[in-house]
Amino acid sequence: MADPQPDQNSPAAIAQSRQRAQSRQRALSRRRLLGGTAYTAGALALPVGLTACEKPSTGGESGGTVTFGSNYSDEVPKKAIAEVMAASGLDVRVNTVDHNTFQENITRYLQATPDDIFSWFSGFRMQYFAAQGLATDISDVWQSIGGDFSPAMKKASTGSDGKQYFVPFYYYPWAVFYRKSVFQEKGYQIPKTWDDFKALAAKMRTDGLIPIAMADKDGWPAMGTFDYINMRANGYDFHVSLMAGKESWEDSRVKQVFSLWRELLPYNQPGANGRTWQEAAQSLGQKQTGMYLLGMFVGQQFQGEAAADLDFFPFPQIAEAHGQDAVEAPIDGFMISSKVKNLDGAKELLRYLASAKAQNAYLGSDPNNVATSNSADASGYNALQKKAVELVSGAKQISQFLDRDTRPDFASTVMIPSLQSFLSSPKDVNGLCKRIESQKKTIFAS
Amino acid sequence: MNPIPTVPPVDLPPAPDGPGPPTRRSRQHRRRRRRVGRFTPRDIAVIGLLLGVPLLLDLALIWGPALASIGLSFTSWNGISEIKPVGLDNYVNIVSNYPPFWPAVRHNLIWLAFLGLVATPFGLFLAVLLDREMRFTRFYQTAFYLPVVLSLAVVGFIAQLIFSRDYGAANAILGRTDNPVDWLGDPSINLWSVLLLVGWRHVGYVMLLYLAGLKAVDPSLKEAAAIDGAGEVQTFFRVVFPTLRPVNVIVLVITVIEGLRAFDIVYAINRGRNGLELLSVLVTDNIVGEASRIGYGSAIAVILLLISTGFIAVYLVQVFRRDEA
Repeated sequence: MADPQPDQNSPAAIAQSRQRAQSRQRALSRRRLLGGTAYTAGALALPVGLTACEKPSTGGESGGTVTFGSNYSDEVPKKAIAEVMAASGLDVRVNTVDHNTFQENITRYLQATPDDIFSWFSGFRMQYFAAQGLATDISDVWQSIGGDFSPAMKKASTGSDGKQYFVPFYYYPWAVFYRKSVFQEKGYQIPKTWDDFKALAAKMRTDGLIPIAMADKDGWPAMGTFDYINMRANGYDFHVSLMAGKESWEDSRVKQVFSLWRELLPYNQPGANGRTWQEAAQSLGQKQTGMYLLGMFVGQQFQGEAAADLDFFPFPQIAEAHGQDAVEAPIDGFMISSKVKNLDGAKELLRYLASAKAQNAYLGSDPNNVATSNSADASGYNALQKKAVELVSGAKQISQFLDRDTRPDFASTVMIPSLQSFLSSPKDVNGLCKRIESQKKTIFAS
Repeated sequence: MNPIPTVPPVDLPPAPDGPGPPTRRSRQHRRRRRRVGRFTPRDIAVIGLLLGVPLLLDLALIWGPALASIGLSFTSWNGISEIKPVGLDNYVNIVSNYPPFWPAVRHNLIWLAFLGLVATPFGLFLAVLLDREMRFTRFYQTAFYLPVVLSLAVVGFIAQLIFSRDYGAANAILGRTDNPVDWLGDPSINLWSVLLLVGWRHVGYVMLLYLAGLKAVDPSLKEAAAIDGAGEVQTFFRVVFPTLRPVNVIVLVITVIEGLRAFDIVYAINRGRNGLELLSVLVTDNIVGEASRIGYGSAIAVILLLISTGFIAVYLVQVFRRDEA
């Protein structure tokens, strides 16, 4: 998206090129220069477009190279996944693409010349591409790896046609994070119910803390709050059918979610739409804020002593019927593209990635997640990871996340602006729900 | 400051004839020669090559995609399955059922008005001041021009350092630490925070262009005006400014382009949401992201194209009318 800067038009540059044109010899050098520029520009442009597309021609027979389209572009995960792949015993070629770019180009990537396997997310986002015929059915892989996974994991890997398309690798639950030392010092109790939660927030405010850290500059973090209030008040099944577009957003149950949320807003860190989750996490680290609802990756912002001081509790109960049953725990994993060249190799690689060995190796380097395989070794887990395993294994249902459980066009073009406008002007819930519903109808109809 | 008009140094080279339109004589001369002369096959080959290649590139890279966008704007397509024609549905939806659309149009127009009515005149003002050879002129020139070398995306990152609510420099300097202003998160003011930075960059650019233009103005014009009894202000508006016409045209075009293509700075700040919506961002949101509402995004792109075409048409009409006069 980089616009060419208009600086080349500056008078200095024009004068220079005029001078060059005057001398024949220099004109020649300019020509060479231009040629060189074009060559360099071409050379620069090519890898951007093609790195994800290049494929070795030897990928045809089994046992040959397996290509892997990776979105593990951050330093820690990139190194971790490279080590995992190196230990696979297969000849794996990793094509790493920037995380966001990978996501944004996924449609074109999968239709052009995708790699044999690629990193992706479970939930609707996985089912969508499976339904479009862009992923390969791996039910046979699941027959051999299925024993290591809970039924919830298998369900999260299954497409809308009942076949498996996805191998889960790790997950990270969402919960309310806090600092143990703050709770000890002030004598706070873990809130079990919505009323406890609000009472605790009110107490924190009188103690001079900002009770609830909040950030939604990137548009997605507030979705976690919406999901949890919705699942606690209306249950997991309603969440699923709402996300699938089957319920009306003007339903009184949806309006109730927003009015419950509005009860929390006075305790929220103000100016959420101008803050990144990293900044909010730092405010928790500096003990300016008391609690923060986010995924486990919040731990990336904590080091040393503060990291050991970090703890979480599950989102409190709202309706007794739904208790604290559902846990939001997005799963990352792998799929095989429909244009796979080395199918046998790809399946073998997936079997390896589903193994405890591979998952242990990965989490050893990136401990802000939890392995999906039941036989993965949990002895190396830190206290938070152990608690996360407990939280998820005790869950009756596991949701993904608003933007993984619904259509991507609905999540990004409707829900992000809607939740941001709710946070900055929370009064007009009826109008907001009406606008969401009318946009939802056109999007789900297309 | 200095009421006496400064006399330029004597060794200043005479102002070159700018790259303005060719004189009438040379045009007639060329026309006659073209009518009489015959083209050899070699000429035709050369002309064909020199005209044909750019023409093909123009068609393939500019008109092709533009027409494809217009075509796609009447369809519904997710980039994978079949393209479904839907008539005017996308347009109806955009204007009646897409909350960010009208704010985006409004922001684009505010952007344009701010650049045209505030930043550009201010750049001209600075250029006039600097043209008077005051002390430290070169230092000021450099200082004002420096932001231009930064891409707007980089300016966007700088914006976050300055305007971050909790950690930004602006609130610290203003002493608003207890009740900080949310410069980038409050949808009623964040557009203006951004425009301040955009203006910061635009002013330097415009200043440089005008400065180059002013240096080229024949000082004898100013002298003649002074002898005729014109004041400073009169001299500038009646004599100097009209001679800057070629520069004015360039600046006008740059201002309109900057106003309509605005994208990178808001995208760097918050992906163009929550008070920073722009048409270009809505196009990207719908087409480039995972959303893949290609028909819908194309329709927004066509609307942006229509707005741009409106400005281009007005501009071309103006230019041709003046040329004929």
